[in-house]
Amino acid sequence: MNLEYFFSLFLGGMTRGSIYALIALGYTMVYGIIKLINFAHGEIYMIGAFTALIIGGALSLTSMNPVAIFIIAAIVAIVYSAAYGYTIEKIAYKPLRNAPRLSALISAIGVSIFLQNYVLLSQTSDFLPFPNLLPEFGFLKPVENFLSTTQFLILLSTAVVMILLTILIKFTKMGKAMRATAQDQQMAQLVGINVNRVISMTFIIGSATAALGGVLITTHIGQINFYIGFIAGIKAFVAAVLGGIGSIPGAVLGSFVLGLTESFGTGYISSDYEDAFAFIILILILIFKPSGLLGRKENEKV
Amino acid sequence: MSEVPILEVNDLSMVFGGLRAVDSVSLKINKGEIVALIGPNGAGKTTFFNCVTGVYVPTHGEIKINPPEGKTAILNGLKPNTINEKGLARTFQNIRLFSSMTVLENVMIGRHQCLKSGILSSILRTPKQRKEELKVLEDSYRILEKIGLEEYANDLACNLPYGGQRRLEIARAMATDPFLLLLDEPAAGMNPQETNDLVVLIQRLRKEDNISILLIEHDMSLVMTLSERIYVVDYGKMIAMGSPLEIKNNSQVIKAYLGEDIDA
Amino acid sequence: MINLKKIRKAILTAVWFMFLTFPLMVMKVNTIENTVQWRWINLAYIGISAFIFSLFWEDLLKRRDNIASKDKKKSINNKISRKLENKKIRNISLFVLILIVVLFPFIMSMYQTSIITTALMYVVLGLGLNIVVGFGGLLHLGYAAFYAVGAYTYGLLYYHFGLSFWLCLPLGALFSALFGIILGFPILRLRGDYLAIVTLAFGEITKLVLENWNDFSFGPSGIANIPRPMFFGIKLKLAEVTNFTYFIAIGLTILTIIVIKRLESSKIGRAWEAMREDEIACQSMGIDITKAKLTAFSMGAVWAGIMGVLFAAKTTFINPASFTTWESIVILCVVVIGGMGSIPGVIVGALIFILTPEYLRAFSEYRMLIFGLALVIMMIFRPGGIIPKIRKTHQFKVKEVKE
Repeated sequence: MNLEYFFSLFLGGMTRGSIYALIALGYTMVYGIIKLINFAHGEIYMIGAFTALIIGGALSLTSMNPVAIFIIAAIVAIVYSAAYGYTIEKIAYKPLRNAPRLSALISAIGVSIFLQNYVLLSQTSDFLPFPNLLPEFGFLKPVENFLSTTQFLILLSTAVVMILLTILIKFTKMGKAMRATAQDQQMAQLVGINVNRVISMTFIIGSATAALGGVLITTHIGQINFYIGFIAGIKAFVAAVLGGIGSIPGAVLGSFVLGLTESFGTGYISSDYEDAFAFIILILILIFKPSGLLGRKENEKV
Repeated sequence: MSEVPILEVNDLSMVFGGLRAVDSVSLKINKGEIVALIGPNGAGKTTFFNCVTGVYVPTHGEIKINPPEGKTAILNGLKPNTINEKGLARTFQNIRLFSSMTVLENVMIGRHQCLKSGILSSILRTPKQRKEELKVLEDSYRILEKIGLEEYANDLACNLPYGGQRRLEIARAMATDPFLLLLDEPAAGMNPQETNDLVVLIQRLRKEDNISILLIEHDMSLVMTLSERIYVVDYGKMIAMGSPLEIKNNSQVIKAYLGEDIDA
Repeated sequence: MINLKKIRKAILTAVWFMFLTFPLMVMKVNTIENTVQWRWINLAYIGISAFIFSLFWEDLLKRRDNIASKDKKKSINNKISRKLENKKIRNISLFVLILIVVLFPFIMSMYQTSIITTALMYVVLGLGLNIVVGFGGLLHLGYAAFYAVGAYTYGLLYYHFGLSFWLCLPLGALFSALFGIILGFPILRLRGDYLAIVTLAFGEITKLVLENWNDFSFGPSGIANIPRPMFFGIKLKLAEVTNFTYFIAIGLTILTIIVIKRLESSKIGRAWEAMREDEIACQSMGIDITKAKLTAFSMGAVWAGIMGVLFAAKTTFINPASFTTWESIVILCVVVIGGMGSIPGVIVGALIFILTPEYLRAFSEYRMLIFGLALVIMMIFRPGGIIPKIRKTHQFKVKEVKE
């Protein structure tokens, strides 16, 4: 077995997994709190990528330092995606909180269609290349065969986001409020938690991480169009369910399992079935663990 | 009493993780009896019901039935629907009606087992299937009449008043033609008038339909008036069994309900 | 109605939306030619529309909540359904309907007839999925796979053995139902959204297999030159065959409605609904939930299979691109928009859902944008669908007891 090939597949899988994780977090957090499959979440990721491209593209026409441009573009993209997430929740989901769950799902699908076409019409249907803003990191030189700068950046930022998120959820007041709301919305309200704020916050955080994913993948792959959100959204959703939807560590684990399966599957078996590996592993895991890897088994009280 | 009990539970245990929710409980019910299972909250009564009706698979023990008509059978490991088919029907403590269906439809679902027509005859609407459907309607309506809910037949189950929902649970269970009815806190949330009506209803059901009844209940006056025998469980263990009078004066039972320190 | 506070809020909303849409609506960057285009006028459009939108939004929401809490008997649906109970009105409207249906292809253009045929196919697909989602409460996101099974049944059986459309119609239904059962088995234990994602996965895998297994399905290039339906062995001209396909679609739609209506009011239909309401109670009432789930999947799949065959015959060309997850989502939208569990709802839902984008072609590029928006607004103001299910009631006279 070629060890170097194995490593490059492994790191490729981890990179994929990181991106999935950044998107899946939003899915799982929203699901945990309002039990909604937020179909438009992939679109938020796409909007993040596009905003970064627009800002980065515009600024790169000036004589600014490319790294500074990248950072500004990333921050603006994250802020904008968060704002989109917040606004969408207020308009399209909040009025449906007491409606049948499927209605909210269809509303989310509507938002998804709307956002895709909004970007298509306001921008373009073509693939746009992302300006190359990042220099190659010197210290990665010895391993550049299987770990590129952007890959390194993706792994690093995912790790940082995970740590920050864990701290937020475990140790802050907002995190406690989120956990309480996820368990029982009515009860949370009774003990004085502002549920509306918690839900808004969840959308903001989830959208921000998705946008970060969008920015990073754009720099990694190098080009985007208005349609990248759909398939990424579905994959991230698969990852979230794989890990046990509603569980944050589950989403991360599921994303890495998914990323590695895809990477090794395409590398060792066949690249034709790239997407199929994700779904096959999903089905296999759910058959044996019906509530995902880390999902809590729902013990219904009879 | 050389009679063969219609339900015989031997040494039943149910363990969840480290918790022995039901700990070697044995229980017998004879034909035509009304037996109560009482105990403080969390004593394992509902878990016992869930084991008997197949919602949980018991960790240990044996559940045996000797139906008045039909063969002796062991219920361990059977699915709830098979157990229901064998003649055990139950109600739920936290009402589980089919809430967006009508009251009548709820009862009609109870008749499911009694219908023989398959998918094809339903699609073709064969004369036999139509006759059967008509009969289900009529039977279900009769059951509603018996339970006293016929005026609500076309209302949604979730729109029934609370007491009505409890009665509908009983009607739905009765529609499956059981020989043993398991009632899980049938009087919970009822006012005294409704509870009195319920006592009359349960006694009537036993007499007219030849069934036996096992009930879990916290309303002691109901338990004492209705039941011939009472089993008491606490912390999953059976602590006493006897006639209502015996149970009333059993020191262990009093201790379980009132605590150690209080001198009853 | 409009006060100062509201105007202030509307201005704030307008500013917020102007901020929100700024990079995407105002800036247009071409990263190939390195140009930036600034479209300031868009900002004004956004501001004005957000302002107006904000003025009415909350009132509309309040009105919706008021209507919801009022007596539902006054709703239009009930009025219509009560009118239809009158035999005379019912017969007349039925007659008019039949007249329109029969004359339609002769009055309208071939293009129109073809669109209506497509819409009718979605009526059947919607009704089929409604069995799984509406009756059984099983969220199914891979329904297009069954549709594909039907289409490929005809495509492949024609290609290899020259089997005719009419023979393939029942075969498509059969294979699709079998496929439904095969899919059903592994996922019996799954619930709710886990079930949804696994059905989605099955749908995607089916598509991927069709795309990549070239020896079997001819890959992405698909199967071409599939014959259109023949009329008692006679090959028809294009205009005639379009009308003929339309009548086949009408016939199949009627068949579907009758069969599903009958299933709904039978033992199995009640079991499906009970399963949707409460699985544990359902089992405790003696219903075998495994059987109920598998029958729901297979009975739902049958219609997709039949429509797949019709689809192949109508378009004469099939490839995997027609059976994506997106297609499954479209069919799900038909069901939810129409009204889950409601047969008339699903029919109206399909007609609106499929015809609206067609007739929105005038707005060509904006139609999907409007469509997405319409979905959201529709769900907010009618979350139960266009025609929510009305439960069947039974009248009983106080009968004399026979015994």
